[in-house]
Amino acid sequence: MPEPDFDAIVVGAGPAGCVAATLLARAGHQVVLIERGSTPGSKNLSGGVLYGRVLETVFPDYAAEAPVERRITKHTTTFLNADSAVSIDYWAKSLAKPVNAVTVLRAHFDEWLASQAEEAGAFLMAGVRVDELMVESGQVVGVRAGEDELRTRLVVAADGVNSFLARAVGLRGTPRQEQVALGVKGVLRMDPKTIEDRFGVRGGEGAAHAIVGDCTKGVAGGAFLYTNKSSLSLGVVMRLDDLIAKGFKSSDIFEHCYTHPGLAPYLDGGELIEYGSHLVAEGGLEMLGEVSSDGLIVIGEAVGLTINSGFAVRGMDLAIGSAIIAARLADAALRHGDTSAQALDYRQRLLGSYIGQDLKTYAKAPAFLHRNRLYSDYGMLAAEVFRGVFSLDTTPRQHLLKCAREAVRGSGVGYRKLLADGLAGVRSL
Amino acid sequence: MTAISVLPLNQRLALDHFDIDDGGSHILVNQESCASRSLGPLLVAVCPAGVYSLNGVGQVDVEYAACLECGTCFAAVPEGTLSWHYPSGSCGISFREG
Repeated sequence: MPEPDFDAIVVGAGPAGCVAATLLARAGHQVVLIERGSTPGSKNLSGGVLYGRVLETVFPDYAAEAPVERRITKHTTTFLNADSAVSIDYWAKSLAKPVNAVTVLRAHFDEWLASQAEEAGAFLMAGVRVDELMVESGQVVGVRAGEDELRTRLVVAADGVNSFLARAVGLRGTPRQEQVALGVKGVLRMDPKTIEDRFGVRGGEGAAHAIVGDCTKGVAGGAFLYTNKSSLSLGVVMRLDDLIAKGFKSSDIFEHCYTHPGLAPYLDGGELIEYGSHLVAEGGLEMLGEVSSDGLIVIGEAVGLTINSGFAVRGMDLAIGSAIIAARLADAALRHGDTSAQALDYRQRLLGSYIGQDLKTYAKAPAFLHRNRLYSDYGMLAAEVFRGVFSLDTTPRQHLLKCAREAVRGSGVGYRKLLADGLAGVRSL
Repeated sequence: MTAISVLPLNQRLALDHFDIDDGGSHILVNQESCASRSLGPLLVAVCPAGVYSLNGVGQVDVEYAACLECGTCFAAVPEGTLSWHYPSGSCGISFREG
């Protein structure tokens, strides 16, 4: 067998690939990081909140050194109806130190991550699309990119949600429509002072709004509105099966959200500077495919690692976490000269980690979030309760309980469904 | 407050940076399988970039140069309807924000 060109080939310079490449290079291995975009980050898009504590274990001062947008100290969750809204607002000073979450714009952030991998000694090969894996006697031995063949002891596939590499060797099938969602996002330029005034934050801190209801015309999913330094990230996320079932055009739903009167006070005057989309894995634990084979280890969104807890939508932190676990196991396997799936033992270690535990904790969340009442009825119901409280029209007031009862009665949801959904929500989220 | 206006889709896409793949389209539609299952309208609806349109003879046209490379179309239709892969290295969308 020809001598390998590298100890490890990492495919995809997102958070997972960059962290894996960094750690393997730091461990003294010859690593190449291959990225199909002309620069790292140029193909990458996400809503933008990174729960970055896990990244501190690799880059202790990342929040100060990396091009992050804002430190998120305020989380707002909103049921948005056509002409009313009910929100829960959580602000905490403690979220600023240690930095709990930051907003990022991936074209900038991933480029920094890749530069850290290079600094650690990894060789960055940008603008190169990996076409396929080279497999000999069941062992992955390299990658093919156009005419070029690169041989290696181990391939780390960090090639994103569509992971053609993992699919090609049968680790993953085609995801079902209800296991993926389409995110459509716009970035709106706005001056920092206006952002801080409108979102009620100061001094480089930021807010993350998660919105459900009329923003997606009731399609399962929701919208997000995140503050960057001098821009806003606004997007809609639509579960693919429900988008298809309801028959809307995805670009129309983006426009509907963008022009929603409930969001106008935040967006007014913002200048759209970029429009993009990304497919999101939403299947949770059930969607986790096989994660390694002989000579191959798959990390990040390429194994479908995302968690939607109903409040926090996580992807990048899990990508980084899986990269850290994979790099540690890959380092040991490379040292022992055995990169078989059995020697790597990645699946078991991944499932035994906090990532696996979180996947199990939220295993029932996707099914709960399939309950369609979440995307229309409950927002109206909540608004109706508050109308009873605040709308003082000189008629005699009623106690809150009675307001709520009448709102439930008027909503058509019914106590039984409300109770069932409430219990299911408490158990699965 | 007056309503916010939004740029129409073609002007939104014009904000983005694309390098067109000289190697041709990275998306190929199996017209027969698409027509037999009436999947044209579905492709038109799900794609956020309006890559797909129905032409006069009932076929699906593909404006591959506007593709945002999310893979939603590929996930939305049964296997065999589309041949879809990423454009050649450095080609296609380049996000400047992301």
